Order: sequence, then C-alpha cells, then structure tokens
Amino acid sequence: MSESRPDPDALLASLQRDEARARRGQLKVFFGMCPGVGKTYAMLRAAQQELRDGTDLVIGIVETHQRAETEALLSGLPVMPRKEIEHHGIRVTEMDLEAILTRHPKLVLVDEFAHTNAPGSRHPKRYQDVVELLDAGIDVFTTLNVQHIESRADAVRQITGAPVHETVSDSVFDLADQIELVDLTPEALRERLAEGKVYLGERAATAAENFFKDTNLTALRELALRFVAERVDKRLRELRGVGLVSTVWRSGERLLVAVGSSPSSTQLVRWTRRMAAAQGAAWIAVSVESTRPPDAGGQRRLEQNLALARELGAEIVVTHDDDVAAALVRVALQHNATQIVVGQSRSPRWLDLLRGGSLVDRLLRTSGPIDIYVVPAERAAEKAMTWLGWRPVANSPAREYGEVAGVLAALTVGFWFLQPFTGYLAIGMLYLLAVIALSLRVGRGPVIAAGVLSALLWDFLFIPPLYTFYIGKFEDGVMCVTYLVVALISGHLTARIRAQERHERTREDRATALLHLTQALSTARTLDDAVFAALRQADQLFAAQSALLLGEDGGSGLMPHFAGSFTLSEKELGVADWVWRNRKNAGRFTDTLPGAEGFHVPLVREDKTVGVLVVRVPPTQTLLLAQRDLIGSFAGQIALFVERESLRAVSEREKLLAESDKLHRALLDGVSHELKTPLAVLAGATEQLAAADVATRDGLVSEIVTATRRLTRLVNNLLDQTRLESGALNPRLDWCDAHDLVNAAVDGVRESLAGHPFETDVSADLPLFRADAALMEQVIANLLLNAALHTPAGTPIFLTVGADQAHARVCFTVADRGPGFPLEMRERLFQKFQRGDAARAGGLGLGLSIIRGFVAAQHGEVVVGENPGGGAVFTVYLPWEPHTKVPNE
Amino acid sequence: MNTNPPKSDILVIDDEVQIRRLLRITLEAAGYKVRDAENGALGLNEAAVQRPDAIVLDLSLPDLSGLDVLRRLREWSHIPVLILSVRGDEANKIAALDAGADDYLTKPFGGGELLARLRVLLRRAQPVGEVSIASFGDIEVDFAKRSVTRAGAEVHLTAKEYALLRLLLQHRGKVVTHRQLLRDVWGPQHENDTHYLRVHMANLRKKIEPSAGSPSYVKTESGIGYRLVDRD
Repeated sequence: MSESRPDPDALLASLQRDEARARRGQLKVFFGMCPGVGKTYAMLRAAQQELRDGTDLVIGIVETHQRAETEALLSGLPVMPRKEIEHHGIRVTEMDLEAILTRHPKLVLVDEFAHTNAPGSRHPKRYQDVVELLDAGIDVFTTLNVQHIESRADAVRQITGAPVHETVSDSVFDLADQIELVDLTPEALRERLAEGKVYLGERAATAAENFFKDTNLTALRELALRFVAERVDKRLRELRGVGLVSTVWRSGERLLVAVGSSPSSTQLVRWTRRMAAAQGAAWIAVSVESTRPPDAGGQRRLEQNLALARELGAEIVVTHDDDVAAALVRVALQHNATQIVVGQSRSPRWLDLLRGGSLVDRLLRTSGPIDIYVVPAERAAEKAMTWLGWRPVANSPAREYGEVAGVLAALTVGFWFLQPFTGYLAIGMLYLLAVIALSLRVGRGPVIAAGVLSALLWDFLFIPPLYTFYIGKFEDGVMCVTYLVVALISGHLTARIRAQERHERTREDRATALLHLTQALSTARTLDDAVFAALRQADQLFAAQSALLLGEDGGSGLMPHFAGSFTLSEKELGVADWVWRNRKNAGRFTDTLPGAEGFHVPLVREDKTVGVLVVRVPPTQTLLLAQRDLIGSFAGQIALFVERESLRAVSEREKLLAESDKLHRALLDGVSHELKTPLAVLAGATEQLAAADVATRDGLVSEIVTATRRLTRLVNNLLDQTRLESGALNPRLDWCDAHDLVNAAVDGVRESLAGHPFETDVSADLPLFRADAALMEQVIANLLLNAALHTPAGTPIFLTVGADQAHARVCFTVADRGPGFPLEMRERLFQKFQRGDAARAGGLGLGLSIIRGFVAAQHGEVVVGENPGGGAVFTVYLPWEPHTKVPNE
Repeated sequence: MNTNPPKSDILVIDDEVQIRRLLRITLEAAGYKVRDAENGALGLNEAAVQRPDAIVLDLSLPDLSGLDVLRRLREWSHIPVLILSVRGDEANKIAALDAGADDYLTKPFGGGELLARLRVLLRRAQPVGEVSIASFGDIEVDFAKRSVTRAGAEVHLTAKEYALLRLLLQHRGKVVTHRQLLRDVWGPQHENDTHYLRVHMANLRKKIEPSAGSPSYVKTESGIGYRLVDRD
C-alpha cells in the first residue's frame, strides 16, 4: 500500500465511528484531579451558556453540596424531579432516567459520572444511565475525578492511601467526545479548603487532611493532566491513522494477558489495559482452566477479573490445559498476539524445578518472537495463592472417607485369615491393589488417606513384630516406605487422570451440545424448526426454561417465539428489549437489571441484532461462567441461522429479480424487434412512395397497410398486457349474446382469416351469459388470429360456441389443423413472451397471456388440448347463470 | 370520395399536432373546411365564435377532459360531435355518448371510416322534413302506419321490437348505446337490464335480417350498443 494513502480499514472504522457518533448523543466530561476543583461549577456555567444559546436542556441530577457559588448558577435551569427509591426502609433519591428519556431534551446535566445507583435502579452504575441517554441521542454533560478512572484507581490509591470504591471503565470513558479539564493549583485548592468552600462530606477530618496534602495534590494533578494528555494523544493518533498510514504505527500489536483467580490479576488486567491503550493495540485476556478447579472464592475472583477485562475492552478467551505456558503460547499464536503479559511467579522454587522451570522460563523457551512482560505482583495484595494440590478437594464428602475406611477394615479382616498362607509381603501388594482400586472410585483426599491408613495397618498388623509400628528388619522398613510412596503417587495420579477425564467429559458434553445444536440447525427446514430445536437443547442442557425473541424485519419490536418454554412477563420483555437495543447481556448474573429472572443474551450478527435468547434457571441454581459462555455460543449459532435464513430470503428475492430482469430483457428485445420491423417497412415504403410510379404504388401501399396493422396489433397487445398487470382492467359484466360476440370478433379479423377455410357453429338455442363484451370479442379475435398466424395457409379453422348446462357454463372452442402443441408446452403457452415452436417470425408471445388474463377477469378459464385428427383446440369456459325473465311486452 | 363537396366547417380538437395535420389533410381532401384547436378551452372558444358544422373531439386533452368539453358544449349547442377514443376505454366512450356525443371512433382509424361517420353526422344535422317512410335493404318502414314490410310482405313486429327499430332508424348510421335504447323503450328503471335488449334484438334480427347468424342491417358495437347501417 502506498504510504501516502489512508488505510481503508482505518478510514472505514473512523467513518463508522463518526456515523455512530452522529446518531448518539455527545458526551462532555468535566474532568478534575480531586473533589473541590470546581467541576460542577464549570459544568453549570457551560449549561448557562447553552441555555442562552437556546439549547433545550434539563438538569438530570446535580449535587451542589450547598456551595453558594454553585447554587447561584442553578437559577434558570430546569431541574428534573428525582426518583425516590426505598431500600431497606431508607429513602434515597436518584436521577429519574425514565422521565428524562420521555422528556427527551437536547442536553442533560448528570453530575458524578462514577456514582453507584441505589439498589433497585435500572442500572447499578450511573454511567450506564448516561450511556443509555447517549444511545437515545441525548447530549450529556457530566463530571468525573481522575481517581474514578478504572485504570488509574490503583495509582490514586497508592498516592493517597485511600481506597477507591466507585470507578468507571476506561472504555466507557472512551465515549467522551469532549473532555474539559478543570484545573486548579494545589495552593489554590488548599486555600478554598481553608475557606470552607470544599465539601468534605462525612469523611474524617484527618483523612481529608491526609488526602489534601500538597504532595498528594501535585501527584493527583499530574495524573489528571497526564491522563487528559494521553487522550489527546490518542485522538491525534486516530486522526493521523485516518490521514496517512504511518510507518511508526504498529497496527499489528496485540497484547495477551494471563488472568487467574488471584487478586493481583486485577492489577495485571489494568496494567495491560494501560499498555494496550498507550500502544493503540487490541488485547486479549486468557484464562487457563486446569484440571484442578479453583475453590468457590477463586472461581468468583476469576469471574470478576474476566468481567473487568471484558469491561475494559479485552477479548476473553477461556482455554483448558494443565500446562499454563503451553496454553498461553497456543492462544497467542492463534490470535496473533505479539506480547504476553504475566504476573510474577509466586510458586515455590522447588516446584518450578519439578515442572521444568518457572512459568516465565517456560514461556521464554517456547514463545519465539512473542515478547514476554512480567509484571511484579504487589506485595500488599493477598497472600500468594495457595497451591491447591495437596488440599483435600472441596467436593470429597465424608462418605468417600467412610467408604475407604470400610473397605480397608473388611480387607484387613480378610487378610488376617489369608496371612498364614501368603506371608505378610503379599499382603502389602494386596493393600496396594486395594488403594489403586479405591482411587478409581474416590477423590484425591480419601485415596491419600487410604494409602496412609493401609500402610499403618500393614505395619501394625502384619509386619513383624506384630502390634507395634516398629519395624524390625531394614528391608521391611524400605518395603513399607516404598509402599507408602507408591500408594500415594499412584493414588494421586489415578485421581488426576480421573479428574482430567471428568473435565474432558464436561468439555465433550459442551462440544456435543454445540454439535447437536449445529446439526439440529443444519437440518432444520424452517426458522421455526430451528428455534424449536435450539430451545429444547437449551432446556435440556441447562435444566432451564428458555425463550427466544426475534426482531421484526425493519420493525422496532421483539416478538417472542412460540417455541419458548419460558413465558416472559412484562418485566422480562422490558429486559429483552433493553438487550436488543443495547446488544449486551442483561438480566440475572449481569450488571444490568440483575433483578430479572432470566439471563438475556442478544443474538448478534455482524452489525445487527436479530433477537434475544432468554434462559431462566430456578432461583436456587446458578449459571457458571462456562455455562453462560455456552449460552453465548448458542445465541451465536441461532443468530447465524437466522441470518442464513434472511440471506436465503434475499437470494430468493434476487433470483426472482434476475428472472424478472430476464423477462424484461426478453420484452425489450422482442418489442424493439417487433416495433422496428414495421417501422422500417413504413419508412422505406413511404420514401419510395414519394418517387414511385403508379405500377409500384399499389404494392407499396399494401406493405404500409400491413405494417400498420402489425404495429397496431403489437401496441394493442402491449397495452392490454399492461392493463392486466397494473390491475386497471375492470371488466363490466353484462348480458351478452354469443352471436353478437362472434360476429363482431370475426369482422375484426376477417382479413387475417382470408387464407383459411373458416367455419363457425353457434348453437341456436344458446342462452345469454354474463361477460364483458369488449373483452370477449378480443379473446375470440385473438384466438382466431393465433390460429390463422400459426397454422399453414389453407388449413381449416373452426369456431364453435355451445352451452354446457350440466356445469353451468358456456364454451367457446377454436380448433385448427396445424401442428398442435406437445403436452409439456401446453401450460407454458399461457405465460407471457412464450411462443409456440412452430411460431413464424414475428409476435411477442403475448396473445395467449392476454387471453388468459381477460378470461380470468371474467371468472372463466381457458385450456388448450389436442384436436382429434391433429391440431390444437383452445377452449374458453365462462360461467353461466340464467337471467331473470324478460317480459314479452 | 364525395362527389358533392358539402363545404361544411369542421372543428378538430386534439392535442396531438400530427393527428390534427392528418385530419386536416384527410378532411380538406374531402372538401371540408377545417379549423383546429389544441386544447379544450381553445376548442370551446373556437366552437362558440366560429359555429362549426361538426366537431371532432379527442377524449384525452391536456386541460379539460373531452367529456367536460362535451358537457359544456352541450349546455348551449347541438353541434354534432364525433369523439376519438382508444381501445379499452369503453366506459368513457359510453359516458361521452350518453352525455350527448353523436358517435365515436376508436384510434387508430382509417380515413374512410372517419369521413363516413362525419357524413352521417352532418346529414342528421341538416334540417330534413318529416320522414314518414324509411327503408334499408329489402325492408321498408312506414312510420305513419307503424308497419314494416320485407320485400313487400308484412313483418309482424312486437311493440318493443318496433320501438327498437324506430329508434335505430332515427339515429341511422350512428351508434345507439344500450342505455339509450333501454331507457327509450323500457323506461329509465330498466336501463341496466341488457338481457331485455339482447333477447328482443335477437328476435328483431330473426324477423328482418337476411341471415340472423351474421346480421347485415343491425350491427353490434361490442360493449357499447347497436348501429343500423347507413343508407347505401
């Protein structure tokens, strides 16, 4: 690619961003280093200016903290009433999001971007309210301190020592279209503090004193300034990316961070996000599940860490491997990651040696060109994760220990009687066999217990001297220790293999579930079949109820699919609607509307949402992250199917269009040929006519007359066809006399019939029937004309009209002795632009199509058959009913 | 064509200049004086000022519809009007005929047909004395005696058949719409009972036509009405 040309992808991305921005509201953030710098004040002043400019604005929520200067600025600004929420008997007020959305102003002021809403609000966080306002196309002014930025929270905590509770993710902050830095020197701020102009809330005075120390303020200020500078830099880079492809732009950079269940992983995630943002790179958070599942607390922390990474804009990958290093390198290669970020290893050195080097060593050995970053873990963080290997596994119930004890007791009694025959050494082997057999049934803890217990029993009861743990002979001692080690190792290994097997089985179940779903979807003939199959699979797999809502094409509503086993309440429908509009998970197990019963997942394809999948598990059960991922995969598969269906519909339409295009081309070709031939004759003949002598004149004139007749017929046919197709044909049914019709029709085509013997037979006692006389005259004329044009000169043509009283109909029959039509052609004949094989040059193939249209308009039908003895027979049937009596006089 | 040029004034109202030119050539060649107008308003004006002997009126005009022109004209004048229409527009033709047009022609038409129609219209417009006997082919109708003879032999017509024949004779050579016939013979309440007309017309034809199967005197105009052949 030439260096002076913009990268089309970057340009497209930028255009899409511009487009998305144009639709959504503009977000302006008044950004400060700490409370008290005057963000709310600056925001209100800006609002006053907007008000003077005539902007329709309201105050969604503003905290003045009783500062006189700030309150003065409120005058004249319309304030939305707050919503009262009662939570555990305490009344709190929150911004009324619904009311603002309904009021739909141009601009709304929302103070304290990072605020956490009271439980029971629609969103847990206020910034989510703001996102919804922006999505609704409403501009928002808001305020924010640097300490509330997710990726800076750690730094602020390290500076001030005060914990930060309310944070917003950096990706949300990326929505800001404008950032206004509200800056104040530390001296000025301390002055304001001294004058009592800064609200300190319930905080203890000493803590505040600590917080507002000069050194702290300087550090915070630097942090805030650097943060804003970084954003500017990023914006600049975006612009540059669009303008020119830069040689320093490392567009290929992609960071991969290993996320575990330890609290230090949280910092690792934030660190990686900062790195990725600074490099303008995408990043992936990888969790490696080993065969040893973490305990419940660890699982929760892992999910939180992954959720944080997702929130901060990472792509989440969960993989399974007992070798973390190999897993990380594999994922890195799959996703083209260029840098791997891991935390400092905290495992004991001897274990690293056992495993063939620490995680970092192993990564360095196998990573090839991938850069490895090792981020030191913060000392303050919770004590290093305990190695779970030797802890009794949480899911080993007392029953397994009881089983072990029982089995060993029974065997010991048996061995007691066996011992005289075998000697005590064989008993040891038999104990070992029992331990290994037990390891196939029970977990790691009981197996180890069995190993230890059996060794003791063997020693106490069988190895001489009996009934002591003392071992007399040296070789017996070696034997007993070896026994213990072998029992422990084999027990451990077997248990591990079993765990791995179990894990494999879950993974296999998962894969099988997806496979079954894919198969069910691929064999589904219709969308309904597919939805039915998918929902039944979901019900079975998650022991849940499920529902699917599909978005109407081009409409704005969601329709629950009838196959759902979960009937959605008004509230659930609301959640589903939110998911559909915001294309994010919501409902139970999520941050949005967590009070809902169901877990709602959008069906997203490319850039559109096609529907929402809702899964409801009983309130006592929970959905694990892996299960939610699987539900996500389900949603993806269903979305794929829905899209495939709609694509198929599109391609059907396109095929139809192509057909009609072909027709149009045929029409154009036909019409232009049909028009040009007589026109050429007319032009040529008239030109010669001007110079012709009397002898040739007659011939020329007859050519002109013929050409004119042909043109007239063509134009009439085209017009009739158009009338038929445009629905402009309004037959006026009236009582008709067959004799009249036949006479009029035959008169019209008498000249064309000249070359054929022609007979008519109209039954004398034919009753009157209702028809549109003009249309019927054309029908008969066209049939006769067709017969005359498409049969050899001299062959006869017969027209008969009769009544078929039994079927209450009248029939008009035109028979010829021409070549007739092969059976397979007969139905096609009546389609437009179809011409018989024997058709001579000329004609568009409209005649029969018009005939059928005209007859159908009079509630009749026309069929073609074979004339016994050769030729074709066209029969027109018209319904017949008796008319009222005609008075004689 | 016409051995005895009538020197009548014809007004052509049509928006197509080629049609106007063609009609002018055709009509002037037949000895008529021709004026033309390209729209309804000009046409009405011309008709009022020049008092032509007949008007050829196109039904589709850019400003007023031909039907409107006809209605306004009929408010003050009985100048014979021949309307030009297209195929498939039967409803408009009937409306125009019922609104007072004297006859119609369907485009495209031949010159001979046009001249024949005009001749009929102009003759009707000429004041003629009370005619008591009319004849066509071998049929003779004596209005005074209300008798019809065929090749000298008495033909017994019912009252309705006679009324139909008399009406067609009065408008000889011109089309008479079903509605006009039904209204005159059976009364306004029967103007949609076309089966009355069909049945009695069939009976009338049996009595007067040389071959009822292919009538040569009373011609059918499909969907419009009937026309009695002009005198030879």
